[in-house]
Amino acid sequence: MRFGIVRFPGSNCDQDCFKSVTEGLGQEAFYLWHRQTGLEGADVILLPGGFAYGDYLRAGAIARFSPIMKAVEAFARRGGPVLGICNGFQILCEAKLLPGALARNAGLRFLSHDVHLRVERADTPFTSAYREGQVLRMPLSHGEGRYVADGETLDRLEGEGRVVFRYVDEAGRATDEANPNGSLRSIAGVASEGRNVVGLMPHPDRAYDRVLGSADGLGVFRSALEAAAGAAS
Amino acid sequence: MTAGTARAAMGPELAAEHGLTGEEWERILEILGREPTLAELGVFSAMWSEHCSYKSSRPLLRTLPTDGPAVVQGPGENAGVVDVGEGWGLAFKIESHNHPSAVEPYQGAATGSGGILRDVFTMGARPIALFDSLRFGSLDSPRSRYLLDGVVRGVGDYGNCVGIPTVGGETVFDPVYERNPLVNVMCLGLVRLDRLTRAGTGAPGNVVMAVGSRTGRDGIHGASFASEELGEETSDRRPQVQVGDPFTEKLLLEATLELIERDLVVGIQDMGAAGLTSSATEMAERADAGMEIDASRVPVRETGMTPYEILLSESQERMLVVVEPGREDDVREVLSRWELGAAVIGRVTGDGVFRVRDGQEVVAEIPLRPLVGEPPTCTYEAEESEETARHRSVDTSEEGRLGSDGEAREALLTLLDSPSVASKRWIWEQYDTTVGTNTVVRPGSDAAVLRLADTGRGIAATVDGNGRYVQLAPRRGAAIAVAEAARNLACSGARPLAITNCLNFGNPTRPAVYHQLREAVAGIGEACRALGTPVTGGNVSLYNETPAGPIYPTPVIGMVGVLGDVTARVPSAFRSPGDVVLLVGTTREELGASEFLARIRGKVAGEPPALDLEEAARLVELLVEAGHEGLLRSAHDVSDGGAAVALAECAILAEGGPAGLDAELEGEGVSAGALLFGESQSRVVLSCRPEDAGPLGELVGRRSLPVRRIGTVGEPDGTFRLRAGGLTVTAGSRELAAAYDAALPRRMEHEAGLTT
Repeated sequence: MRFGIVRFPGSNCDQDCFKSVTEGLGQEAFYLWHRQTGLEGADVILLPGGFAYGDYLRAGAIARFSPIMKAVEAFARRGGPVLGICNGFQILCEAKLLPGALARNAGLRFLSHDVHLRVERADTPFTSAYREGQVLRMPLSHGEGRYVADGETLDRLEGEGRVVFRYVDEAGRATDEANPNGSLRSIAGVASEGRNVVGLMPHPDRAYDRVLGSADGLGVFRSALEAAAGAAS
Repeated sequence: MTAGTARAAMGPELAAEHGLTGEEWERILEILGREPTLAELGVFSAMWSEHCSYKSSRPLLRTLPTDGPAVVQGPGENAGVVDVGEGWGLAFKIESHNHPSAVEPYQGAATGSGGILRDVFTMGARPIALFDSLRFGSLDSPRSRYLLDGVVRGVGDYGNCVGIPTVGGETVFDPVYERNPLVNVMCLGLVRLDRLTRAGTGAPGNVVMAVGSRTGRDGIHGASFASEELGEETSDRRPQVQVGDPFTEKLLLEATLELIERDLVVGIQDMGAAGLTSSATEMAERADAGMEIDASRVPVRETGMTPYEILLSESQERMLVVVEPGREDDVREVLSRWELGAAVIGRVTGDGVFRVRDGQEVVAEIPLRPLVGEPPTCTYEAEESEETARHRSVDTSEEGRLGSDGEAREALLTLLDSPSVASKRWIWEQYDTTVGTNTVVRPGSDAAVLRLADTGRGIAATVDGNGRYVQLAPRRGAAIAVAEAARNLACSGARPLAITNCLNFGNPTRPAVYHQLREAVAGIGEACRALGTPVTGGNVSLYNETPAGPIYPTPVIGMVGVLGDVTARVPSAFRSPGDVVLLVGTTREELGASEFLARIRGKVAGEPPALDLEEAARLVELLVEAGHEGLLRSAHDVSDGGAAVALAECAILAEGGPAGLDAELEGEGVSAGALLFGESQSRVVLSCRPEDAGPLGELVGRRSLPVRRIGTVGEPDGTFRLRAGGLTVTAGSRELAAAYDAALPRRMEHEAGLTT
């Protein structure tokens, strides 16, 4: 099982993804440079967090034009599993591989702390190792993470079961206080129509080992492994 | 001083405009045997500025201990390095960016972070953590709120974007810092010891390259600006503040580490303060070599730049790299992959001269030894101000009388709401604390703890300073800062290894300030010897004063340590109801210079607490041993606000939410106020499982340290009940937490959204 991690100039969670896959999951990971046009046979594509192109103009706005994004789009269209974390989520939205957009946090400040997430759907290649309704704890760290979309889009996402993660409190309730950045309907992560592309703002890649405070994020990577094994059998 | 416009003829007057004294002008004439060119004058001015030459502090800094079994690299390089085991070196250094931050807080703080990151990654070390030590005026003033907001955004945006977590720090508020805030940033980085890179030039014939951003007109004479007092017109200084670009920094970081990994580099140095001038001359001088630069080959971002401007520009995110001939294209290839430029601008020579050409024309030719190796040194008259002596001699022995339970309770709540004591969550939640997946203990504890790659070991670090103590007793106050840093590390379970220091002082030509500097350095030296933590480098920031007067002398100590097993780290806060609480150390009638005296009694006076360095060293040993043996559930240093505040913090931050406490503080002949809020040194609050209380007590006894079992951890949401000297402080743990947590947001929240 080979995880390809796309590095843009300014990606800075590439190593976190790498360690999650290699140390946390015991699988192979390798880097793909944004100028490449192929994916070197990766089974799963990860777009890591960071500040691709310094987030100048708008988070993810320049990175979506990187040569590799054509290959990522083609891979996604064929049903390949693609996960965007934080800045990677922003890039996937800019590239229209996922609906909606990430706006500045409601408080207009960068936020970095642990949050609780509820797994809304276990039928994606990045959540199948979880139970629906399971509450996870992991770090969040961003200045532009407020998920927004028009009402019609939001209704459609809800209707089609494409809201994958929601911000909740420790007990699993989606309250205003538990919503760190003002995301509409407390949405923390969504999936594409085909469910194979998933993006989320919190960092499962920083929660793969209990010594870091939580290992709840490891299930995201384990899901991809199990999904691929299932597809192969 | 503006470059390029009509100016006075070369002579002592123009030299004075460049901040050089008459004596220094004479010395330049002697060194050169002629009058300097304008470019040469600029070079001397920058290199002999306080900021680059340490001319006032160098004779004092020489007295500090710099050797120890763990020290791999002491002072004199881009950063110090200690051996942290299994082939790993920890590079670390602290730097100030006070003057730029006073003028332009966001960019000042951001470029401060950028500079210290470069100092660490030029050693071949990958930065793993940042720490900030900040001082501002009272948050009642709009100016201080503006500065805090800008500095926090600046530190945050830069580190967050480069992807280096900011995992610890300290922030203190006092009116003396109103117009002269302090912004000190420490960076830690990891390097395989066999990959350690130094800033030399190797043999003559090696090629000199400028790498990274192009050179512009920004920050010209920043080093000289940092060496003057701040005047009323400091906002005019904005053009001397550099502008940072963390995105370029991230690319430069990756490119630099790749150059080093591929062995393409002989030597490398950041073009920081005094830009190309300091990097070129310092690298060549260190190697006993010479260097020739062609200014016309330096990539610039503006047209018409003179050699003078190119030499003195402080444009950010640039490096000077020395490579062997034939490697130039390899270097260009690496840099271009990271979308950065690299240009050959000169070569290493063997004649010990710094020669600058502008095409064919030689515009500067200066022997390096007298320029860099033997800059002027200044020793000033030192005499303690009478006012300080008077303040110190104020009798504070009656200040600890508290009339009622209510008065004691109010004092505790007021101290928890004091911004210097209160939770700094509002600050560190704006910093990415977890990127890099090494952070094991995040901000809010005595020390931050990071894991050391896959070795199972841990690294702990902290920054500490107490300007009020140093103001009232410079030698003891500075020693206390070192001891507190060591205590913080040891509380987390780490063995202290070494320090870096940032000496923030006023104008050293004043006898009172030079006295503070001399005494403080002596105090740091004494404490470092006693605690076995040598100095591996640091930074000196003088002239921190405004027309309103100097700041408190504020030496800031950045200390690093190591844990053999990162999972054995000890948290600061309580863990479980029923755990036994112990206080190690002796509480005396010591309220002088305390937070209690400043906040509750409105006085900055009296003797700071006594410090027995030998006892401080034994306490460190005890904590390391007890942590290693797994006897501790928590350990927290007693400092600002005394035992009451330390116990309240342990309860407020308890695992699983605020917890109750039932405890009693005792001390023969000690007042209730001093028992609760006195800041007697070498004290820690420990908690342990009931069955471990016996063995832990014995261990403490073997170190000949006094220990008292003072109480028991209560239930979550329970009542905090603390008895002392016949009084009882009673408060709900949630109530204490509310005061502690709300102090900063309450004062800052109406600023939210004001700036972007």
